[in-house]
Amino acid sequence: MSELLISITPINWLLDPLTHEFMRRALMVSALVGSVCGLLSCYMTLKGWALMGDAVSHAVMPGVVVAYALGLPFSLGAFVFGVGSVALIGFVKQKSRIKEDTVIGLVFTGFFALGIVLVSKIKSNIDLMQILFGSPLGISRSDVNQTLIISFIVIFILLIFRKDLMLYCFDAKHARSIGINTGILHYLLLTLLSLSAVVGLQTVGIILVVAMLITPGATAYLLTDRFDRMTILAVISSSFSSILGVYISYWSDIETGGSIVLVQTLIFLIAFLFAPRYGIFKNQSLINND
Amino acid sequence: MNPIFKSHEKDFMRIEADQVCVDYNGTVALYDASLNLKAGSICGLVGMNGAGKSTFFKALMGFIRPSRGKIRINGFKVNEAQKEQSVAYVPQNEGIDYSFPVSVWDVVMMGRYGSMNIFRIPRESDRRAVVHALERVDLYDLRQRPVGSLSGGQRKRVFLARAIAQRASVLLLDEPFSGVDVPTEKLMAELFLQFRQEGHTILISTHDLNHVRDFCDFVVLINKTVLAYGETSEVFTTENLNKTFGGMPPNPLSGPQSSKDFVNE
Repeated sequence: MSELLISITPINWLLDPLTHEFMRRALMVSALVGSVCGLLSCYMTLKGWALMGDAVSHAVMPGVVVAYALGLPFSLGAFVFGVGSVALIGFVKQKSRIKEDTVIGLVFTGFFALGIVLVSKIKSNIDLMQILFGSPLGISRSDVNQTLIISFIVIFILLIFRKDLMLYCFDAKHARSIGINTGILHYLLLTLLSLSAVVGLQTVGIILVVAMLITPGATAYLLTDRFDRMTILAVISSSFSSILGVYISYWSDIETGGSIVLVQTLIFLIAFLFAPRYGIFKNQSLINND
Repeated sequence: MNPIFKSHEKDFMRIEADQVCVDYNGTVALYDASLNLKAGSICGLVGMNGAGKSTFFKALMGFIRPSRGKIRINGFKVNEAQKEQSVAYVPQNEGIDYSFPVSVWDVVMMGRYGSMNIFRIPRESDRRAVVHALERVDLYDLRQRPVGSLSGGQRKRVFLARAIAQRASVLLLDEPFSGVDVPTEKLMAELFLQFRQEGHTILISTHDLNHVRDFCDFVVLINKTVLAYGETSEVFTTENLNKTFGGMPPNPLSGPQSSKDFVNE
């Protein structure tokens, strides 16, 4: 055993996993999912939608279970329940006197509980652990295809509407006053959130997917004052964490989802402490020169 | 000059509100509010908090649909006027997230979005409009700075520049004098006069009576409806202000006009 450990050089550490088909697939999917979620996380953190991200990602649970049971693509079920939860949150908020964060908490825990009950009741080969914690190392070919398609849809829409969505997050009133339909942008962003939650749960599972949707954006936000740079930094840090997380998971035999999110959190921590302008130990000369 | 400005037509109506009523879930916020503003005028919208100032603003911007009445901007319906980029809104400093990662240049460029195609890729003419707007508010040298690093007065000027870049003929300003330094106030005074010269119409929502007296040709006093409307010198009477503020004007009235009013009483 000790001989084996000694023989691992950094090059081997990187290349050995690539000899396995399942690892090549896992790394490819994780990097892609990381990019998609990283890109969207900028809008989530700037719009203040962290709780909404948490809600939608939990609410897709019953959709995944029902879709598996019926033999449909899991993403379809997840998407229907993701968007449904958002619509329900809006409806309950409008029709009652309850505050929004309470409504969000109510709706997503209700959906999540329904999902857990369904898993225990529906006889199928659904693995609860796989849904809750993700399993990029065991991802099937059809799941890879779904993830690819959804990822490209999300990236495509975000590239087209990135400036409108940025304006919507920054100053929705101005957007409306120049004739932009902010209602459509609102639901577009929620739809993208549902789709990203669907791809995110592939790698880190339902419970941790919210981390994919906020941590990269928060990290990037501490590093720059420009929106375009923020999106690039978020995508880089997110896909890097995903790839590194998968490697660590492979070599140390630990849960992949936890490994990915932990790397992300560590990168955030480094930015929190040492970001040149906004870190705890910031570079004073940078600020004084401003 | 943009033909929609029609600055040569002195009597061209920029803002027409006819018996506008707004209610929120059965609660009346505004009733029978009527107002006509000509091209090339500066008008103050004065009232207490909750008197319907912001409701009136929202109705003029098309954010809420009046339950009754009619609003026309440059003769168009509000949503059509928005598509023509006729209406610019200059927000309160408090309403903006200044930690948002955008530069001065980015914010002013947002004024051009409505004139760009779906991808919002700036053309040379858009860049020129932004440069021109930044020069007019004296912020060109700070164009690369994040908006969060600016002072209160500079922040206000960024949003004025955005409205200039938009080339709107109607400007709606929400509490423009709060948190503003003296140089910015002087610059705003000059800008407003230039805007009026160019045939713009400016509507300023504020509770600051002294600034209304200094800046505005016309004033609208509002308390759930339009109580009085006309030239500032005629409308600013103690009686009218008492009606507007329920007998308690926010600032003790100062200056020759108001003391004369007291004598008349």
